[in-house]
Order: sequence, then C-alpha cells, then structure tokens
Amino acid sequence: MAVLAMVHLATMAKSLSNAWKRQRSRIRYVHPPHIEHEDCASARHGNGEMAAIRCAPSMCGIVGIFAKSPAVSEQLGAHIARMLVQMGDRGPDSAGVAIYRDPLPDGACRLSLYSSARVDWSTLEARLAAALGLESTRVLGPRHALFTVSVQPQEAERWIAEQAPELLLLSAGRAIEIYKQALAPAAFVERFDLPRLQGSHAVGHTRMATESRVSTAASHPFSTGLDVCLVHNGSLSNHNRLREQLRREGISFQTDNDSEVAAGYLTWRLREGATIEQALAGCLEDLDGFYTFAVGTADGFAVLRDPIACKPAVMAETDDWVAIASEYRALAVLPGAADAQMWEPEPARVYSWGRELAA
Amino acid sequence: MSVAEQVETVDLAEGSLRELNARLHGAASQQRAPRAWRILNPGGRHNVAVGLDAELDVEIAGHVGYYCAGMNQRATVRVLGNCGVGTAENMMSGAVLVRGNASQSAGASARGGLLAIHGDASARCAISLKGADVVVRGRIGHMGAFMAQRGRLVVCGDAGEALGDSLYEARIYVAGSVASLGADCIEKEMREEHLAELSELLAQAGIDDVEVGRFRRYGSARRLYSFQVDDAGSYA
Repeated sequence: MAVLAMVHLATMAKSLSNAWKRQRSRIRYVHPPHIEHEDCASARHGNGEMAAIRCAPSMCGIVGIFAKSPAVSEQLGAHIARMLVQMGDRGPDSAGVAIYRDPLPDGACRLSLYSSARVDWSTLEARLAAALGLESTRVLGPRHALFTVSVQPQEAERWIAEQAPELLLLSAGRAIEIYKQALAPAAFVERFDLPRLQGSHAVGHTRMATESRVSTAASHPFSTGLDVCLVHNGSLSNHNRLREQLRREGISFQTDNDSEVAAGYLTWRLREGATIEQALAGCLEDLDGFYTFAVGTADGFAVLRDPIACKPAVMAETDDWVAIASEYRALAVLPGAADAQMWEPEPARVYSWGRELAA
Repeated sequence: MSVAEQVETVDLAEGSLRELNARLHGAASQQRAPRAWRILNPGGRHNVAVGLDAELDVEIAGHVGYYCAGMNQRATVRVLGNCGVGTAENMMSGAVLVRGNASQSAGASARGGLLAIHGDASARCAISLKGADVVVRGRIGHMGAFMAQRGRLVVCGDAGEALGDSLYEARIYVAGSVASLGADCIEKEMREEHLAELSELLAQAGIDDVEVGRFRRYGSARRLYSFQVDDAGSYA
C-alpha cells in the first residue's frame, strides 16, 4: 500500500490546478509501533467466529472529502450532502458534518454553538459583542448558531465555558464549522441547506446509536480541539475507564457516548503536544474496541482503522478529490468515481491528507 | 453462449435492484427467459445478483457493494469492477469472476464453485471456506482462510498476518510472502498432485502468467481440533 500511496502523491502533485499552485498537497504516513494482533490471538481457540458475528450489527456511516480543484471546492457542500444521504441506511438516527471553509486570519475565531433548549440568540450575540468583539452571526435556528469573534480561539473557548456553560460548543477554530442534529440524514441535509456550502474539505457521519441515547449532543462529529474533530464508526469497550482517566486530566464530557471518549482522548493527546498522526497511533495502544475513525483537521483529514479492520472503509482519489466512505455507494455519487483510483485503507495504519502552504 | 443469443441489458440507474434480482430468479424457472444478462450502473449497490440458481451468464459493468453473487448456484457472474464485503459468500456452485479488488470476507463460507479475483482481496478472504475454490491474482489481507474447513485458496501475491488461523482441511497456496501464519497453520510439502491442481485452478481463473513453481503450500497441523488420522479419508 505504501507504494500505491506514493503513486497517489505523484498524481496529486501533478494535478494541481493553477489557482492552487501555491499550495502543495502531501500524504503523510505514520507507521505505528509494531502491533500484536491480540484480537486474532484471543480469537484462536474456538471462539474465533465471534469476530465475524460481532462485526456485523453495529452500523453508522462515515464520509469525508478533500477538494483538490476549485470546482469541487465550490460544490463541496453538495458533494458531502449526497455522500451523507447515501449512508442514510447505515445511520438513520442522527447526522452531522464538519466543513472547513474560508479560514479566518490570526486573532479571529468561528464558534459553532448548540443549545439543548430553544434560545433567543440575540442575547448571546450582544454579550459576545461586548466581551470578545463580534464579526458576524449566522443563526441557523432556535438551537444552532455560528458566531465569528475577534479573539484567539482559546480565549473564545474559555469564555463560552465560563460565561455560557449551558451551551454546547460544537466546534471552535479558524476554519471549522460543525452542523449536527438528531435527525435523519436526508432531512438534516435539507434542514441546514448543506448543498449551498463551499469549502476545502469536510467529514460527515450518519449515526445508528448503540452505546448511548439518540441526541444531538451524542451525535458526530465531536470536536477534539481547535479546528479538529472526529467521526467514528464502531464501538469501544474500555470507554468508561478511559473517560475517568481523561477526566482526571481535565478533559470534560457531555454524554456517556463511547465516541466522545475517543474524541476526548485525541483532545488530550493533542493538548499534550502530539501531532494528529501520533495521537491516532496512540489509539491503537489505548483504545479497546472497533473503530474506523476519520479526523478533520485545519488542512485536511486523517483515517485510522482498528487492527482487525472490523469496520469498513473505502478510499478513492481522482485529479479533483480524495474521499473516504464506509461504503463505495457514497463515493459513487462523486464526479468521476467510476474511474477513480480506489483502495481499502489497511488496518492499524494512519493515513492523512493535507495541504500546506509552499514556503 | 451462442452468438445469436440475446443479451438482456438492465440499467440499475433506471430500474430497481429488487426487480432485477426477481427477474434473475424468475429466469431459473422459465424455459424461454434470457440466459445472458448485462447489468449497467450498479453504483456500489448491495446484493446484486444474489441467490441465483440457474445456468445464467451475468456481467456487471461497474463496482458493486456487499454480498454480490452471494449464495450463487450454477450461474457465472462477472464483475468488471471492485466488490464490497462478502463477495460470493455461501456460494454453492458456479463461478464468480472479479476484475478489480474485493473487500473483506470474499468467498466466506462458500461450499462450492470458483471465486476468481483478478485484483487484491482484503481481510478474512475465504473465511470459514467449506469447499469452494478462491483464486486471487493479487494479494490478500490478514486472517485469510480463517477456520477454513474444505476447499482451496490460491494467492498469487502476498498474504497478510495470521494466514490459515485455526485451519481445518482447506489447502492454501501462496506465491508471494506470508506475513505470518495463524495458529495451527504450517507449511507443507508441494507434491506433484499439488502442482497439478494448482495449474488447473489458475487456468480456471484465467491466470496464465504466474509460475506454479513459485507457490508454497500451507495446511493444518491438525493439533487444534479433534482430527483423527484414521478418519482422513472422510475429508477427501
């Protein structure tokens, strides 16, 4: 797969359009420390068929797309919306999307907020304007709103935690916006008018709840730090203990959801100075369970599957985009999918796509 | 198929999958139904051409989702693209040919027939194989032939971790490297009869560019299940 990946790198570099010449795409790999296939070992003597049985029932769908051309970027919302609807059968309970768009300059921050009760956002708007300086407001409904404020993201995050603790901060950063709701994917796409959004990349999730209740707070993506978020397909078995350990490290949790613990784990590792790739490689050591993760970052996304690859994932690439989905039918709706280079990410390997400004 | 024979074309971008499968099932019992079918725009749909039980020739022009040609009997199904999870799972007879790659659990529990994959297959290829033949032109992922009981798995490329874990009486041939053998799986001597069956399997799968001399044979050490050598004859 490494050889194939290098071919991708070459294709990506070759295909950048003039408008994007200042930017250089790259693929980074982290080879995790040697992983013993413990699950395989424990499956050996007689209860081996458990692997196949346990893999089957728990669903959820994940999708992600990274635009390599301005044309795809302009249609990003429409693309991620179509992908999400295709994965509706895998997760009819809730849907969510993190979209990365129009990065703000240093000293500004975009906040995605959710309120479990219906609120009049104008009160918060006035308080934000007085305390942090307000650049723009987009009210998406009585429970969802986006605000751009004139402070560093860390400061904005702290202010919300202290001054408006009743609100759920879905995301904070310079480029990220998170939309999510306990709503069927097709209705969700319409509710937030996703197809009109443009952006550089996005990850999304359709949820079939297995580990906690169906609620907007327990739906994905989960913010895991500034401009970083996680979507998860699978189930974790050591989330209770890990949640307690992370609480002692100062990480807070809103739900009893297992995926939120994975997100909290990444938040902690990133806070301690790990790169996204290092934090994901750490999951292989510290998380017990099944997972395909897609992590959205300010400049791209990363993918990791558990060592026995219990949950499905397929990736594809053309000159215009790179995408991941739980199933090919979510990729089939993208332009040129039939002729895309396509592969299945290997277990226990971190894949990441990003864009960095050329020096 | 004679040149004069009609090919029935179904475009899944327009028609429903349920209707297509019902028509394919109906063709089994109808004397005058078309024998040759061509399916366009599968779009990654699951369950394309499952449960066939007639000597049909079905060509699928594109990528399919899960369980394509599952439970197949007698039919020949060709996929001119990639397949999702569980291709030809529980196949009883016939042939399923995949031009691209196949995802996890290809040929799972298949009892008879041939599954030929000209690309790669991922994890758990031929898991719990019960008598079918699975031939892969490329490489396979981890836990290939896990708990396989009967039949043959041929891999022209490399095999991932834990090949043949908890194997029963299936035979495994690999031309490339093997990352690791699973519990109770060992390398075995390659005799004339093995070279002969390998040549035949490769020919059936339409693979003519891999030397049989490159393959190694793997099988069960028979220490993990209650195999009695006196009963060897009943495994044929």
